[in-house]
Amino acid sequence: MVETDLVVLGAGPAGVGAALAASRHGLRVALIDDAPVAGGQIYKAPPSSFTVDNPRALGAEHQRGARLRDELAASDVETYFGRTVWLVSRGFVLEAVGPGGLESFRSKSLILATGTFERVIPFPGWTLPGVIGLGAATLLLKSQQMLPGRRTVVAGAGPLLLAVAAGVLKGGGELVAVVDLNGAADALRVAPRLMGRPDLALQGMGWMARIRGAGVPVLSRHAVTEVRGEDRVREVRVTPVDGEWKPLPDRKTRVFETDVLAVGHGLVPATEVSRLLGVDHEYRADDGGWVATHDELFRTSLPGLYVAGDVAGIAGAKAAALRGELAGLAAAYDLGKVSRDDWPRATSTLRRRLHRAERFGSAMSRLMKLRPGLVGTITGDTVVCRCEDVSRGEIDDALDNGAGELNQLKAWTRCGMGPCQGRMCGEAVASLLAARVGNRDQVGQWTGRAPLRPVPMEILTGEFRYEEISLPPPAPR
Amino acid sequence: MQRAPLRARFSASMRGGCSAVAFWKRSRHRATDLRIGKAVERPLPARVIVDGQPLSAFEGESVAAALLAAGVLYLRSSSRLGQPRGVFCAMGVCQECVVEVDGRTVPACLTPIRDGMEIYLRR
Repeated sequence: MVETDLVVLGAGPAGVGAALAASRHGLRVALIDDAPVAGGQIYKAPPSSFTVDNPRALGAEHQRGARLRDELAASDVETYFGRTVWLVSRGFVLEAVGPGGLESFRSKSLILATGTFERVIPFPGWTLPGVIGLGAATLLLKSQQMLPGRRTVVAGAGPLLLAVAAGVLKGGGELVAVVDLNGAADALRVAPRLMGRPDLALQGMGWMARIRGAGVPVLSRHAVTEVRGEDRVREVRVTPVDGEWKPLPDRKTRVFETDVLAVGHGLVPATEVSRLLGVDHEYRADDGGWVATHDELFRTSLPGLYVAGDVAGIAGAKAAALRGELAGLAAAYDLGKVSRDDWPRATSTLRRRLHRAERFGSAMSRLMKLRPGLVGTITGDTVVCRCEDVSRGEIDDALDNGAGELNQLKAWTRCGMGPCQGRMCGEAVASLLAARVGNRDQVGQWTGRAPLRPVPMEILTGEFRYEEISLPPPAPR
Repeated sequence: MQRAPLRARFSASMRGGCSAVAFWKRSRHRATDLRIGKAVERPLPARVIVDGQPLSAFEGESVAAALLAAGVLYLRSSSRLGQPRGVFCAMGVCQECVVEVDGRTVPACLTPIRDGMEIYLRR
């Protein structure tokens, strides 16, 4: 059992920011992540067995990640990498599976910096091998230093779209097409907020110039409506959509032959731990969806529990690091390590920088906000729940029979009961429900359940002999 | 590198890539191996076994990446309908890329290649 003042769960920019700030103010901090090193998804390092000849060729993000890992190593934060947390209880107690087996952590305070996962609204053929998320393509390109395929179509919405497309070109791959749900009007609407980060705005423009200069078709206001292939992707069909992202089937559909489709429809905060702990949540469509309700110091409705980074609402890596710092300071303050008098000095510039960073992040998040028409790509026999092979037709039957809430629909169809615990199908299922009953915030969230990640049973039970289990005598005699 | 004359590039992008020049440019494959070698080196080759067949890979890269590079995309069959599945999220969340290593079911995207590893696909 590791006993500590503060556990920070997740070692991306927010988690590291929180751990460093809390540790600097005298808290004993344990930072836990299932990856082998810090960085989260955005600063995911290449495998340690690779040698980096040319760090600059890996980009500015790699440098930021390396700096983050160096700062962490130089601090007093106790790091626990390679640990998969499967249970969290109030108190706080965390149970994890690590390289040496089961490990437990007990702390006074807990900061959740668990980030996000990707949303993909289904379409026929989306489950074929060769269809991957935009986040997946990013990880392959940056961390594994690998092209997703010889030929790649990149589709969806948000900043990852251009980043992946440019990454494919930079890596020497064939970029077949870029298919963007957003149009010029959407980009213009968020343009003022992008000026807060001229470096990133310029980077985006540079990517677009490179893509166009390479003669790659860029289709705006289009969606992927079908992928065909026998046991892997062979071709991708693309159709124009309206302003609500609803496919317009009577307009011209284009067909692209390709090996891989990288597709993503935004990011969703990973709320499984805060749901498991039963704290208050609210639905914030502009921030990515359900978020644990928190004050301006990121305290949730449970004393001692904080959220930091994108899990508190999509705002990007820069804002995540600053939010983490603020949450770490708040945890230190709440445990009496920062005095009332010192507080303004410690936080004033931080808040200003955070506000500026969030302005940019909110522009990015706006581009990824799910529009209701996109569920129009889910045909009746399209599998929605990948784990349990539940089709839209079966979900529609349940809705016709009166299912009005997410967990009720889960009980009736098995959607969300599989190994991914509803992470991949949740957004699609909730959108289909909301189309019937009214609003996303009325349909609920999946009830939080342990284990948070699949854990081998033999690790939980360990070795034992049945004779060792003391069973009371059966009653009555 | 894709560097056609400026006029050809300009006209190609104007026509949305439908010109012959754009078609020619797109059909030229650049990388034969999916691994990008510009910024990193992979100093430790590894030999692993996949469903009894030998496969060359590199120490430390993910099993998912190694299989992808070898053109193995179909990793398993779905639970009820038996449909082909493979890597989807690449971050250990979707559980679609699970393979069997050392008698355990693990996500290929989070499992690093080690020399001599025996991998079984759950088709």
